[in-house]
Amino acid sequence: MIPLEAYLVLAGLIFSIGLINLLISRNMIILFISVEVMLAGVNLMLVAMAHYMNDIRGHVLALFSIAVTAGSVAVGLSLLVAYFNLKKSIDSEELRELRERLDG
Amino acid sequence: MIELLGLVIKTFVVFAIVLTHVAYTTYAERKIIGRAQARMGPMEVGPHGLLQPIADFIKIFFKEDIIPMNAEKLLFKIAPLVVLVFTTINLTVIPFTSDFIIADLNIGVLFILASASVAVYGVILAGWSSNSKYSFLGGIRSASQVLSYEIALGLSLAGVVLMAGSLNLREIVYAQHKTAFGIYAIPQIIGFVVFIIAAFAETNRAPFDLPEAETELVAGYLTEYSAFRYALFFLAEYIAMYVMASICTLCFLGGWTIPKFITDFLPFLEKVPGIVWFAIKVYAFIFLYIWIRATFPRYRFDQLLSIGWKVLIPAGIINIFITAFIKRFAL
Amino acid sequence: MIYLIFGYFCIATVGISIVALTRKNPVHAVLGLLLLFLHIAVIYLFLNAEFLAMVQIIVYAGAILVMFLFTLFLLGAKELSSTKRYTSIFEGRVLIGVATMAVIVGAFSLIETKYKGKYTISYIQEIGNTKAVGVLLFNEYPIGVLLIGIILLIPMIAVAVLAWRKNDTS
Repeated sequence: MIPLEAYLVLAGLIFSIGLINLLISRNMIILFISVEVMLAGVNLMLVAMAHYMNDIRGHVLALFSIAVTAGSVAVGLSLLVAYFNLKKSIDSEELRELRERLDG
Repeated sequence: MIELLGLVIKTFVVFAIVLTHVAYTTYAERKIIGRAQARMGPMEVGPHGLLQPIADFIKIFFKEDIIPMNAEKLLFKIAPLVVLVFTTINLTVIPFTSDFIIADLNIGVLFILASASVAVYGVILAGWSSNSKYSFLGGIRSASQVLSYEIALGLSLAGVVLMAGSLNLREIVYAQHKTAFGIYAIPQIIGFVVFIIAAFAETNRAPFDLPEAETELVAGYLTEYSAFRYALFFLAEYIAMYVMASICTLCFLGGWTIPKFITDFLPFLEKVPGIVWFAIKVYAFIFLYIWIRATFPRYRFDQLLSIGWKVLIPAGIINIFITAFIKRFAL
Repeated sequence: MIYLIFGYFCIATVGISIVALTRKNPVHAVLGLLLLFLHIAVIYLFLNAEFLAMVQIIVYAGAILVMFLFTLFLLGAKELSSTKRYTSIFEGRVLIGVATMAVIVGAFSLIETKYKGKYTISYIQEIGNTKAVGVLLFNEYPIGVLLIGIILLIPMIAVAVLAWRKNDTS
C-alpha cells in the first residue's frame, strides 16, 4: 500500500513547479500552461484524499474543476488571440498600458 | 505468470489477425472499387491478384525513408507511431466473442473515446513537424474534423450507454440481446445514423477524406512521409476502420449475438459460433466503407464542419433526450 | 512491483513537468503537458479513479491541449519562440516560489487523516466507480451540475463574441 503522503508530496511538487514557473515566465502561453500544471496538482490531491478517506466526493470536486478549467482556458486563449491581434506580442511584461507614467 | 503469458499470446493472436485483415482489406478495396468502375482491379500477382498486398508490403518496406531537411526530426519520427499505437490500443477492449477479450474494462466506451482523442495528436504533429504548407493545412483540417466529429460520436454512443446502463462493451451486448429487437440499431436509429456518419469522418475516409484531399492538398499530412512511415499511417487508418466497425457492431448491431426473434424462428442458428456473426457484421461495415468511397464525391470543408456542428451534434443531443425520457417514463 | 511502477510515475511526472515548462518552443511545452496528463491519468488509476482518469484524458488531451495548439498555430509558433523567456527580476520570484514549495511539501508530508467516509473501496468495487460517482453527482450535487452547465455555456458565448469579426465587404 502506497502511503497517502507520497501522493500529497507529489501533488505539492507538481503544484509548486507550476507556481514557480507562473511567477518567472513572461510568455503568456507558458503562463496558461503553468496554471494547467497547478490545477493538475490540485486535482491529484483531491483524488488522493478521496481514495484514502473513503469519500468519493473528491472525485466529484475534481470533475467540477476539470469542467471549469475547460471553460476558463477557452476564454483565456481567445482573449490572448484578441490581445495578440492588437499588440503583435504575447509578452506579459508588455501589458503595462494602465500603469502610472513615471516620467510625469 | 501463466496469466501474463496467456495475455501476451492473446495479444499476438489479435494483432496477427488484424494485420492479415488490413492487408486483405486493401486488396478487397481495390477489387470492389474496380468492379464499381467497371474494371478488373489488381490481376497480375498471383491468381486474381491475391498476392498483391504482400507484394505491396514488401515494396513499401524496402523503399528509401526520406526525412525532410527542415522537419522537426524527433516529432516527425514519433508522429506515425503515436497514431498507430493509440489506434491499435483500442483492440484491447473489444470483445470479439463472449469470452475472447484482452482486457475487460468497466469503462470500455470511455477508453475508446480517450484513445481516439490522443491519436489526433499524431496527425497534428505529422502536419506541423513536416514544416510544409500542405502538410500543415492537412494536419489542421484533420484535427478540427476529428475533434468536431468526436463529439457527435460520443453523443451517439451516450444514447447506447443510457439504454444499456453500462460502459462495459460486453454488458452493452448482453443488455442488447435482452431487448425485443435484439439490436440497438432500431430503437436508437438516430444514434445509429449519427454514429455511422461520424465514424466515416473520424477515420478520415471518403466522403470525408478532406485531410488528404489530393486535388487541393497533394496528400495532406502525409505529403512529406515516405516508405515505412507512410505505411504506418496507412496501417493505422485501416486498423481504425476495423475498430470503428467493431464498435458499431458491438454497440448497435448486437456483437456476437443475433436477435432472439431470429433464433426463435430458425433455432439451428444458435449453433453457429459467435465469432462468425461478429465477423459478418464487421465485414458488412467495412464493405459499406468501400462502397461509399466508390460512389460518393468528396465534401467541401465548410460543408463537412456544418454537417458536424449543425446537424449531427443537435441530432445526437435530441437522441439523448428522447432516450432518457423513454428510459425514465415509458419502461 | 507496484512500488517500482509508482516510483517511475512519480519521477516521470515531476521530470516531465519541469521539462515541459522549460521548453523554448511553446509547441513542445504543450506536448510535454500532454505527456504529463497521460502520466497523471495513470496515477489516478492507482487511486481507483478510473472514470476520472478517462475524463482527464478526454477533456485535457481531447479539448484543452488541442485548443492550445490551435491558438499557437493561429499566432504563428515560430515567432513566439523568439520572445524573451523569463522576467527580468526572476531570482526573487524563484525564491518566493521555492519557499512556497517547501511550505506546501512540508505541510503535506505531515497530514494525517482521521475522517473516514461511507464510500469504502468494497462499495465502489461492488457498483463500479463510474456509477458511484454518478449517483453522488446527481443526488447530492444537482445544482452543481446545473451551474457547471451554465459555466460552460457562458464561455462559449464569450468566445464567440471575442472572436467575432465584422464583415467589411458590405
